[in-house]
Amino acid sequence: MLAGIRTRDLRKTYNSPPPVAAGTGGFSFGAPKGKGKQPKPEVVALDGISLEVSPGEIFCLLGPNGAGKSTTVGVLTTRVRPTSGQAFIGEHDVWKEQVAVKRLIGVVAQRPNLDFSLTAREILAFHGAYFGLTSHERSKRAEALLDRFKLTDRADQMVRGFSGGMMQRLSIARAMMHDPQVLFLDEPSAGLDPQTRLLLWEIVREYNQSGKTILLTTHNMEEADALCKRLAIIDHGRVIALGTPRELKSSVPGGFLLRLRFGQHSPDLLDRLKALSGVREVRASDGDGTDLYADRGGSLVADVASLASAAGVELCDVHISEPSLENLFLHHTGRSLRE
Amino acid sequence: MNWKAFFAMLARDAHVARRNFVALLFQTFLQPLMFVFIFGRVMVGSGYMPPSYKSLLLPGIMAICMVGTGIWAVAMPLIAEFQFTREIEDRLLAPMEISWLAIEKVVAGTLQALAAGFMVIPAAWLLLRPGVDLNVPHPILFALVALLVALFSATGGLALGCSMQQTHIGLMFSLIVAPMIFFGCTYYPWSALEKFPVLQKAVLVNPLVYASEGLRATMIPQFPHLPLYAVLAGLIFFNALLLATGLRNFRGKAIT
Repeated sequence: MLAGIRTRDLRKTYNSPPPVAAGTGGFSFGAPKGKGKQPKPEVVALDGISLEVSPGEIFCLLGPNGAGKSTTVGVLTTRVRPTSGQAFIGEHDVWKEQVAVKRLIGVVAQRPNLDFSLTAREILAFHGAYFGLTSHERSKRAEALLDRFKLTDRADQMVRGFSGGMMQRLSIARAMMHDPQVLFLDEPSAGLDPQTRLLLWEIVREYNQSGKTILLTTHNMEEADALCKRLAIIDHGRVIALGTPRELKSSVPGGFLLRLRFGQHSPDLLDRLKALSGVREVRASDGDGTDLYADRGGSLVADVASLASAAGVELCDVHISEPSLENLFLHHTGRSLRE
Repeated sequence: MNWKAFFAMLARDAHVARRNFVALLFQTFLQPLMFVFIFGRVMVGSGYMPPSYKSLLLPGIMAICMVGTGIWAVAMPLIAEFQFTREIEDRLLAPMEISWLAIEKVVAGTLQALAAGFMVIPAAWLLLRPGVDLNVPHPILFALVALLVALFSATGGLALGCSMQQTHIGLMFSLIVAPMIFFGCTYYPWSALEKFPVLQKAVLVNPLVYASEGLRATMIPQFPHLPLYAVLAGLIFFNALLLATGLRNFRGKAIT
C-alpha cells in the first residue's frame, strides 16, 4: 500500500516552561504551574503549514535551524501534538489513528535516540519485535541492514561506545527495519563524513525506488538538490517556497547572485548597477553590502568595478554564487541559510 | 491492543534486567540484609532488642526490598530514557497505544518487586534464625497483599519517574524515598506509634505503612497490625492514585 503525506494548516505554539536552572531548585509533580499572572512565554513553531507529498516521492524540508522542520516531522510522527490543523499519512489522520499511522512510518530523529541498554543487533531485533516480525525475519533483516550500513563488525557491542556517525547509521537502519511505507529522516546527514553521506544518499534513493515515500529535512542545499524531487523552503514556521529544485532555482531573478561590499553607501551607484545589462534586481543588504541578482556572474565584476570607481566608491569585496537553493533562500528571507 | 508489541517490550526489559542481574542483586539486598544482621542479630543477640523483634522486622524488610526494587526498576529507566536522548522513542513509536508502554513498565516493575520480595524472605530468615516466628495462615491472602505491594512499588516508580528530572534523583531519594521508609512502619509496627498520636495519624498518608502492615498481617498475624480491610483499602487506593498520576504524567512527557 503506497502512502503519501498531507498536512492542512498545521500550527504549533509551545508554551515553554522556564528552564530548570532558572527555577527555585525544587521539583514539582506534573506540569509546571504558572505562578501569579505572569504570561507564559509563547513560541510559535508552526504558523500554518500545508503540504502534500505524493506516494513514492522524496520530499525535502529545507530551512535554517529553528525554522519548524523538526516540529513538522514531530507532528507527522505522533510525537508533537499540533495546536491546530490536520496531518495525514496515507488516509489516516495522525492524531486520530495513531497506531495505524505508526505502522506506516519509520522515523530517524534529529538526535540519535538509540536504546543505550542494548547492542546494535539487539536494537534492530527488538525494534522488529515491536512491529511483530518473526524471530527469523528479525535476524535476517537485522543482518542485512547491519551489513548495508557497514556495522557488522560492531553489531554485538553496546551502542553507548559508538561514534556519532555510527549511531546515526544505526538509527537509520532501525527506522528501515520494519520496512515502513513512509520514512522520515530529520537531518540524517548531520555529523556524517562525506563518504558516509554518499552511502546514505545511495540507500535513500534505493529505498525510494521500491515505492516508499521519504520526507527528509536538511539545511544542506547540496543534499536537497541531490535527493529531492520536490522541496519546501521553511522559515519561521511557514512555507516560503515550494517546487522542484530546478523550478525554485529558476525563480530567483537571473539565478546568479553577486554579494558586493562597497567602502560607502551610495544610492546613486545602486541605480546605475540596476541599469547594467543582465542585472535583474539590486538590493541593499546590511551596512555597505549590496546583493545583485543577475543572469551572469563573473563577467559582471569588471562592469561593477568600473561603475564603482566612476562613482568614487571603493569596491571592497565580491562574492559570486551560481544558481543555488542558498540564493533562493536568501532571496526570500534576506538571510543566509547558514546564519 | 497489540499484545505482540507489549510482550516484546516486556522481553526487552527482562533482557536488560538479566544483563544487570548481579548489580541489581547487590543494590536490592545488600543494605536491607546488613540492617537485618545488625538489628536482628547483633542488637537482639546482645540484649538491646527483644527476641520478638526478629519476627517483626522480617515483613518490614520485605516491604523495603519490594518497594525499593519496584521504584528503582521503573523510575530510574524512565528518568534516563525521557532525558534529551529520548531513548524511549523507539518504543513510543511502536504500533501500540502509548499508555500501554507505561503499563508494561508497571508490569515489569511489579514482577521484579515480587521476585525481590520472595528472594529476601529466605535470605533474611537464614540471617535471623533461630527465633523467627513466621506464620502464614492464609497463603492466598498473603499472595494478594504481596501483589498489591509490588504493584504499589511499580506505580510509585511510574509516578516518580514521570515527574522528576535527572538532576533531582538525589532529592527524590533523600526527600521522598528515605522519609517514606523511616515513617513507613517498616522497622516497627504501626501500633508502636501509639505514644505519638499525631504522628500515628500522619503516617497514614504514607502508602508504605499499608504495605509493611499488610505483610505483617499476613506473615506474623500474632503481632499487632492494622486491620486487613484497612490495608487492602489503603493499597488499592494508592495503587489507583499513583497509576492515574503516572499515566497522566507519562502521556505529558511522551507527547510535547
